[in-house]
Amino acid sequence: MPTSQVAINKKAAKSFFESKQSRWSSRIINLFFCLLSILFIIPLLLVISISFTDEKTLLQSGYQLIPEKFSLAAYSLIFDSPGVLLNAYGITILVTVIGTVVGLFLTSLTAYTISRKDYRYRKIMTFFVFFTTLFSGGLVPFYIMVTQYLHLKDTIGALIVPYLLSPFFILVMKGFMDKIPLEVIESAKMDGASEWRIFFTMVIPLSLPAMVTIGLFISFQYWNDWWLGLLFIDNQNLIPLQLMLYRVMSTIEYLSNNLSSVNVSIDMTQFPSLSTRMAMAVLAAGPMMLVFPFFQKYFISGLTVGSVKG
Amino acid sequence: MLKKEWRHFKRNRDLFVMSLPAIVYKLLLSYLPMLGLVIAFKQYRYDLGVFGSEWVGLKNFEFFFRSDTAFIVTRNTILYNLSFIVLTMVIALTLAILLNEVSRKWIKLHQTVLFLPYFLSWVVVGYVVLAFLDHKSGFINVTLGMFGEEAIKWYEQAKYWPVIIVITQLWKAVGFSTLIYYAGLLGIDSSYYEAAKIDGANKWQMIRKITIPLLTPLIVILFIVDVGKIFRADFGLFYFIPNDSSFLYGTTDVIDTYVYRSLRVVGDIGMSTAIGFYQSVVGFVLVLLANWIVKKINEDNALW
Repeated sequence: MPTSQVAINKKAAKSFFESKQSRWSSRIINLFFCLLSILFIIPLLLVISISFTDEKTLLQSGYQLIPEKFSLAAYSLIFDSPGVLLNAYGITILVTVIGTVVGLFLTSLTAYTISRKDYRYRKIMTFFVFFTTLFSGGLVPFYIMVTQYLHLKDTIGALIVPYLLSPFFILVMKGFMDKIPLEVIESAKMDGASEWRIFFTMVIPLSLPAMVTIGLFISFQYWNDWWLGLLFIDNQNLIPLQLMLYRVMSTIEYLSNNLSSVNVSIDMTQFPSLSTRMAMAVLAAGPMMLVFPFFQKYFISGLTVGSVKG
Repeated sequence: MLKKEWRHFKRNRDLFVMSLPAIVYKLLLSYLPMLGLVIAFKQYRYDLGVFGSEWVGLKNFEFFFRSDTAFIVTRNTILYNLSFIVLTMVIALTLAILLNEVSRKWIKLHQTVLFLPYFLSWVVVGYVVLAFLDHKSGFINVTLGMFGEEAIKWYEQAKYWPVIIVITQLWKAVGFSTLIYYAGLLGIDSSYYEAAKIDGANKWQMIRKITIPLLTPLIVILFIVDVGKIFRADFGLFYFIPNDSSFLYGTTDVIDTYVYRSLRVVGDIGMSTAIGFYQSVVGFVLVLLANWIVKKINEDNALW
C-alpha cells in the first residue's frame, strides 16, 4: 500500500507530537478505521453481489460475497415488466421532490424566525415548536386527525404533509443561522429591504451548507419512507417504493413459510427469485446512495447542532 | 398596555407572518392530536367521533396493563433503548475522537462509509439482514455449513434477536452520531490544545480535560432528547428487521409495534390510544427528570 503509506506519513508530520510514538498510533488508528470501514461495507456488498449472481448457483451454494457465477438475469427480469416498479418509483420521486422543496422552505423559514434575536415572540415560538418533541398525542389521535379531519387517506398528501416540519431539522438549521450576525440584517433593513427580501436574498444564500444538508436529509426521509404508506395508503397505484419492496419481501416469506410447512414442493422460479429480490433492494436504495457522497462536504459545516436554549 | 403590545406586534409583524405556517402546521398535526388523547378514556366509535363517543374511565388502560404483553413490550422497549443510548454514545464519541487523528484525505472516505447505512431505509436494511440470516441460503448459515455446523432458523429463535437488533441499530445509526460529535469537535477552539501542549499535556490528558468537557453540552442535549424517547421504539427497526415474525415477539415486540398491531390489525382504538398516552406521559416525565438531574449537577448543561 504505497499510497496509504504516504498519507500516513504526511499526517504524522502534521500531528501534535512529531515523535515516533504518535506516528505509530496514527498508523494504528488509520488501520483500525480501514478495518471498520470494510466491516461496514460488507453487508451492502453482499446484497449487491447476490443481485448479480446466477439463480441456480444461489439455490445450490447460498449467498456469497463474491458471485460464483455472474448473471444479469435478475435485473433484466425486473426491466422486462417494469410497470409496478416504475409506478412506485414515480410516486416516490414525486413525493420526494415536492416534500423536499416545500419542507426545506418551511424549515428554513421557521428556523430563521427563531434565530432572530430581536424577534419578540422568539422564545414562545421556540417552545411551541420543541414542546412537540417532548409530548405528543401518540399514533392514534394523529392517525384520526390525518384520516378523519384532514381527509388525506389514500392521497399523495398523506405521504408528504406529515414530514414537512421536523423539530430536529429546525434545530440544526437554527444552530447554523445563529451564526449570521444581526448587524448584517439590521444594515440591510436600514437600506430599506423587507423581511422577506432579507430572507430570500441574504439568509438563504448565507445558509447554503445547512440548506444542502437539511435538504438532503429531508429528501432521504421522503425517499426512504414506508411508514406513511403503511398507515395511510391502501390504493395500489399510490404505493411508494419502499413499501412495495416490503410487500414483495413479506409475500415471498409468507408463501415460502406456509407452503413448506404443509409440505408442498414449490417451484421457486414461480416467485420473484432470490436474486431479483436483492436486485429490487439495490434499485430502491441505489439512487440516493449515489447522490449522497457528492453532498458529503457540506455535512460537517451544516450539521452543527445548536443549543435549544432561547 | 394593549396599545403598546399592538405597537410591538406591528414591528414584529413580518417575522410573525413568517412563523405562521409553522404555527398552523404544528397546531393541526401536533397540538390538536393531543386533545385526541381523551380517546384513551372512551369507547371510540367512528360514527360518533372523538368527542361524541362514550366515556369508559380507565378501562382501556386496565385492559392493557392486566395483560402479560404490557410488561414484555415495556421491558423490551426500555432495555433496547437504554443499550442503544449507552452504546451509541460511547462508540460514536470514541470514533469521533479517533477520527480527528486520521489524516484529512482519509477522513472523507471513512466518514462516507460509516455514514452510508444511515441513509438506507429500514426495509432495505431488512433485506440486508435477510441476506445474512436467511435459513437456507443466508450468508451466516452458508458459512456455518462450511465448518460443518447445523444451520440455524434465525427467524424462529427469539433468543438471538437482542444481539441482532442491537448490531443492526449500531450499524445503521452510529455513523450519524459520530458525525454529530465530530462536527462538535471541530468547533473546539484549537488554542486550547496549543496551550495544553505548551504545558506538556499528552493526548489522553487533552481528551479528558479539553475535548470531553467542551463536548459535554452536546452530549447532554443528545442524552436528554434520547431519554425522552426511551418509551418510543424505532418502529421500522422492530417491524422490518425481525420481519414481523410472531415467533420472535418475546424479544422483539416493543410498544410501538404493539400499538400498530392493535390499531391496524386488531382495530382496538381505545387501547392503542391509552398505550400511546402512557408512552407520552412517561416519556415527558423522564425528560423533566433527566433535565432536573442534569441541572443539579451543572446548571449550564440543562436544556432549560
